[in-house]
Amino acid sequence: MHKPRLQLQTSFDIAHLQFLDKQGQATQPLPDFATPDWLTYCLRQMQLARMVDDRAVKLQRTGRLGTYPSTLGQEAIGIATGNALMAEDIYCPYYRETGAFLERGVLIEEILANWGGDERGQNFQHPRKDLPICVPIATQMLHAAGVAFALKYRHQQSNQPLQVAVASSGEGATSKGDFYEAMNLAGVWKLPMVFVVNNNQWAISVSRIAQTATQTIAQKAIAAGIPALQVDGNDIVAVAWAVRDAMQRARSGEGPALIEALSYRLCDHTTADDASRYRSAQELEQAWQWEPIKRLDSYLRAQDLWSDAKQQDMERELAQVMESALNNWESRTPEPATAIFDHLYAQLPAAFYEQYDQLRDEQAGAERE
Amino acid sequence: MSEQAQTAQEHRPITLVEAVTQALAYALKNDPEVVVFGQDIGANGGVFRATDGLQKTFGADRVLDTPLAETMIAGIAVGMATQGLKPVAEFQFMGFIYPGLDHILSHAARMRNRTRGRLSCPIVYRAPYGGGIHAPEHHSESTEALFAHIPGLRVVVPSSPARAYGLLLAAIADPDPVLFLEPKRIYRAARQPVPDNGEALPLDSAFVLREGTDLTLIAWGASVKETLAAADLLASHGIEAEVIDPATLKPLDIHSIIDSLEKTRRCVVVHEAARFGGLGAEIAAQIQEYAFDLLDAPVQRVTGYDTVMPYYQLENTYLPGVERILAGARAALDYVRDPGREGGQ
Repeated sequence: MHKPRLQLQTSFDIAHLQFLDKQGQATQPLPDFATPDWLTYCLRQMQLARMVDDRAVKLQRTGRLGTYPSTLGQEAIGIATGNALMAEDIYCPYYRETGAFLERGVLIEEILANWGGDERGQNFQHPRKDLPICVPIATQMLHAAGVAFALKYRHQQSNQPLQVAVASSGEGATSKGDFYEAMNLAGVWKLPMVFVVNNNQWAISVSRIAQTATQTIAQKAIAAGIPALQVDGNDIVAVAWAVRDAMQRARSGEGPALIEALSYRLCDHTTADDASRYRSAQELEQAWQWEPIKRLDSYLRAQDLWSDAKQQDMERELAQVMESALNNWESRTPEPATAIFDHLYAQLPAAFYEQYDQLRDEQAGAERE
Repeated sequence: MSEQAQTAQEHRPITLVEAVTQALAYALKNDPEVVVFGQDIGANGGVFRATDGLQKTFGADRVLDTPLAETMIAGIAVGMATQGLKPVAEFQFMGFIYPGLDHILSHAARMRNRTRGRLSCPIVYRAPYGGGIHAPEHHSESTEALFAHIPGLRVVVPSSPARAYGLLLAAIADPDPVLFLEPKRIYRAARQPVPDNGEALPLDSAFVLREGTDLTLIAWGASVKETLAAADLLASHGIEAEVIDPATLKPLDIHSIIDSLEKTRRCVVVHEAARFGGLGAEIAAQIQEYAFDLLDAPVQRVTGYDTVMPYYQLENTYLPGVERILAGARAALDYVRDPGREGGQ
């Protein structure tokens, strides 16, 4: 009798999506939403994200900002994702998401405040219901599942349009139990939820190959029974198409989906990291060949939609935006020290009055001296 | 229900676990933002039946069985709460809460603070806790001090059906995360009438369960039972012990304890958790800071040992019983300051 034997299941398909190739040439007709206006807007937003990153790293190097995680090289993912959300959707980000934050309406000065050690940076004036930057790995995916439950619950109670929760992460986060637990629940409860995994190849110093034996991150969704797609994460059109499609599915009640966006982290993990310790200059140099901004720039120039003159105008405009944000950030009055108690609970319990008074008196004393 | 039947219902004495069910039902009925979820809490009504019948009454949209994943249970509560729901999450046993710690400590406890009030986590994490029911390993945890240490959390432990009802309603109404630990050893130990009137009891306030002038006994959860029994025995010897149940372990109402010490000047803290770094240490330290001059004796601690909670053949050896509480009381009562130390020479 023939005995069944263990075998590695490799017969599934993971689709891969691309519109613009590495040289910025269209590999298939662009979708309708990719109008000249939209494409040039995306070019601007990606350059803005890169500019914010660049300034933030410089501010850190001069001691004016704490540790900062740059998004250099994966601007297309953040901008496309943020762009695909409606204002009422809820974004549940990880920490490498300056681009998506800009697209969501978070102010540059709020981003700087946060990484500059001021909790008020997470008190976004807009959007009010998005989750704050999440530093522990993958926990935001479960929060997003809870958010998605709340959105579905509200939809069922009020019959208002279904909103969607979007969780972002790096590929390292897919090694964690939280990721699997979130996907599992989202699948079984059919939650309106989209996972966007920025596969930038490196989880600090651990490469994608050392992180997981799977060929793709997308196939991890198979185990949870939810659909997945791998996209070229440096092709903003492909990311936007995939996220929009997943959002549409979720919005119409079809449940969750996972997008794996293949990209490359052109920067160090954070300003506290030195990536030259664990990856080759050659690999980095190669990755620069297909970074997202150059790719869209090439496409737009080939279509006569972009020029040196337009680029210079935009750079002048972005520089002003950046300077204005820096001024706003620098002119913030510092928070009083007693603020560490102000939001610990909705109302400070009586048991804390003594510590609160002690801090207030110490501060008053320090000011007198 | 007729008025007479309703009155009869209100006066039917119920157990602590039934009071939990009654509070959950009241909250579900009166606040559409409340959702209850956990493992086996739906059709099965929870392994201790704390959610018995709730799914049938309120539907599977509001009383939800989750997949078996404690990290997930703790984590989705955070997401739900940030969007304005009031999640009440059940962990089957406190011993299974640890996978969820990351979410409770890193997120639920600090969401309000790190967003400067933009988002908050009005969550109740419920868990049966403590030993004494002959359960398997990892089912008898009493690690309330772990949670009490965390800024931003509230830790609440009821010790009677009425306090379970009133404090759970308060926990659900509270705008911040509450760890609600239910002493499962006394889930069905006693009955009392608990009117289903929706009245919450105050959080952050200790309850004086018995008044006395000779000694202050402090205990919470299931240990209240033995502590009250010890107080009765002491009374039969003419010693009047005051018994205080802090109920909210964090933030702690130390002032009620100090008020009591002004009368009694001697104190014993009883808890079944391990001694080292337990809440007895915190209470003793605060008493020493605020009321050193009031003390006629060092604060005594009667606690579990600094060991792993043993398998059930030895669990009653581990748990502080009436005898150990009486020994602690005797040590506090008999203490006499060394006269040689008076006067300094």
